Amino acid sequence: MIIDVNFVGLIIASIMASAVPLILASCGELITERSGVLNLGVEGMMIIGAISGFALMTVTGSLIIAVFGAMLAGVLISTIFAFLTQTLITNHVATGLALTIFGIGISAMIGKNFVGIPGKEFPVLFEGLKDTIPLLSPILFGHSIVFYFAFALPFITSYFLKKTKIGLIVRAVGDSPESASNQGINVRFVRYASILYGGAMCGLAGAYLSMIYTPQWIENMTGGRGWIALALVVFSTWNPIKILIGAMIFGGLTIIQFHMQAIGVRIPVQFLTALPYIVTIIVLVVISRDSRKIRLSTPSSLGKSFHKDN
Amino acid sequence: MIKIVKRDQPSKAIFFFTPVLAIFLTLIAGGIIFYILGFKPFEALKFFFIVPIADKYGFSELLLKATPLCLIAIGLSFCFKSNNWNIGAEGQLTFGAIVSGGVALLFYDQEGFYILPIVILAGAIGGMIYASIPAILKTYFNTNEILVSLMLVYVSKLILDYLVVGPWSNPEGFNFPETRQFSDSARLPLLFEGLRIHAGIFLALAAVVISWFVFYKTYLGFQMKVSGFSLKTAKYAGYKGKKMIILVFLISGACAGLAGVGEITGPIGQLHREVSPDYGFTAIIVAFLGRLHPVGIIFASLVVAITYLGAETAQIFLQIPKYTGQVFQGMILFFLLASDYLLFFKFKFIDSKK
Repeated sequence: MIIDVNFVGLIIASIMASAVPLILASCGELITERSGVLNLGVEGMMIIGAISGFALMTVTGSLIIAVFGAMLAGVLISTIFAFLTQTLITNHVATGLALTIFGIGISAMIGKNFVGIPGKEFPVLFEGLKDTIPLLSPILFGHSIVFYFAFALPFITSYFLKKTKIGLIVRAVGDSPESASNQGINVRFVRYASILYGGAMCGLAGAYLSMIYTPQWIENMTGGRGWIALALVVFSTWNPIKILIGAMIFGGLTIIQFHMQAIGVRIPVQFLTALPYIVTIIVLVVISRDSRKIRLSTPSSLGKSFHKDN
Repeated sequence: MIKIVKRDQPSKAIFFFTPVLAIFLTLIAGGIIFYILGFKPFEALKFFFIVPIADKYGFSELLLKATPLCLIAIGLSFCFKSNNWNIGAEGQLTFGAIVSGGVALLFYDQEGFYILPIVILAGAIGGMIYASIPAILKTYFNTNEILVSLMLVYVSKLILDYLVVGPWSNPEGFNFPETRQFSDSARLPLLFEGLRIHAGIFLALAAVVISWFVFYKTYLGFQMKVSGFSLKTAKYAGYKGKKMIILVFLISGACAGLAGVGEITGPIGQLHREVSPDYGFTAIIVAFLGRLHPVGIIFASLVVAITYLGAETAQIFLQIPKYTGQVFQGMILFFLLASDYLLFFKFKFIDSKK
């Protein structure tokens, strides 16, 4: 059997493409969680980003406005979460759930007029180099700028957390808000900023789905990716580089479905669709089994409210 | 000048007042959203909240929708009170419907008084089995129950989809994704001629009474309350944490499973792709809005059930998108959580001239 190397390259590229929204959302949520905030609204913020990006693209015709608009929409919706959890000291879990329910509802409401409208072509970079190197060309060239950004993001995030002063502050706030506060750090401000940043990345992840990956608006199109992104953060033990690995595994599971169906494997399609969710559970079990390791890497104040008296 | 002061103790009066405030604020915000969308706010709100329940039929529909919400929320309150975040009730409902539906299909051409109890029991067991997965993984493998229970929702819906399209689909059904109709003996009896409200409401009411008794009259209820307040204290007091986690998950799974039975043996009468319009998720809001109190949950389930009906009515009469219902549900929870601030803090007016 002769395997076409370029075909293999294309499959790897398609796995990477389906990993992009997971990487973006997970890296955003990772910063939020590193500051001690558990935002379960990832799914809601992503779907808001998806409809905002698609709607702005259709209405204004500008891709730049659409992409940045989607990020801004993510920021705005996460502001609700930030205000509730940080200023009004509400429970993180309940507020995140409300954000997801609200986000899915409002996106479907806005999206009613955008169902069935075809998407626009999103420009790709390095298209001329597509046939130069066997195997590697389809992987390296001919993708959107968001794609390249997503694969750089884990490294940027890692550098930010480990090597920059602001990254250190974010970690300090997440690990010990009391001592950070005593050092004169404004805990509430840092957490606000981390939540809004997470919102921006989730908005971008959603925009990637509706503008580049699919590309059209389908109701509820995030289809649980936001929750998988949340699981990836646990999987990575809050280490951005490992998000890359996890996202590739889940991207692979998504792509495998299509190819298994294409070559006529007789497994019910529902089972293949359920695979990413089942694997998520298995992976979570394997990762969490060692409770000591999880406790060491989890930001100590994750999900706990911090209120400074006076 | 107004100063915000922390209360010495959370105010009990405000504890039960804030849900009302949250509903009021949601109505105002809803009116604003309707206005932005280009509808007359008062007319839209009237179609959303008053028209649907103005007649006998509407009221029966309200109870029909409130029944599963109440039942699931009662179950969830066991989990939430003891600090267990089961957010996969939708999956437990679906799996309960699958198991009880499977049993009902075994008896599709038979009649007999014994069929319905078996079907109901099967649903409760199905829900319990499904809820035991996140519970066991949490207790023995330290796995996050939020993510596991949620992932299982997607899995259960795919199992249901597989069954109704494939092995369980009606052989005389022209390949529609649905099973055979259940026999009349497997259906919950209707309470009134011509109305859809069925005997499932008694399951919900029984759950209310039992949960009230457990919460306020038993040692278990006390243990749950302490664990919810502080896990450390619970450990110090020597409560068997693992057993309790599994128990509360089983209770809430059984309730969700029963809600699933109520749907398929009540209004639906067969299995098809969509056995629940996200009752399992909406019930989370109901549980919070009802303050995890059995009586509160009854009122909350009625209020939230209106958002389902209102969304349908508003869509038919005013072409308002039906998702407005979900937006309202999200907003109720937002406002409820926000107004909780008043529980712990109060505004103090200080004379600035002094």
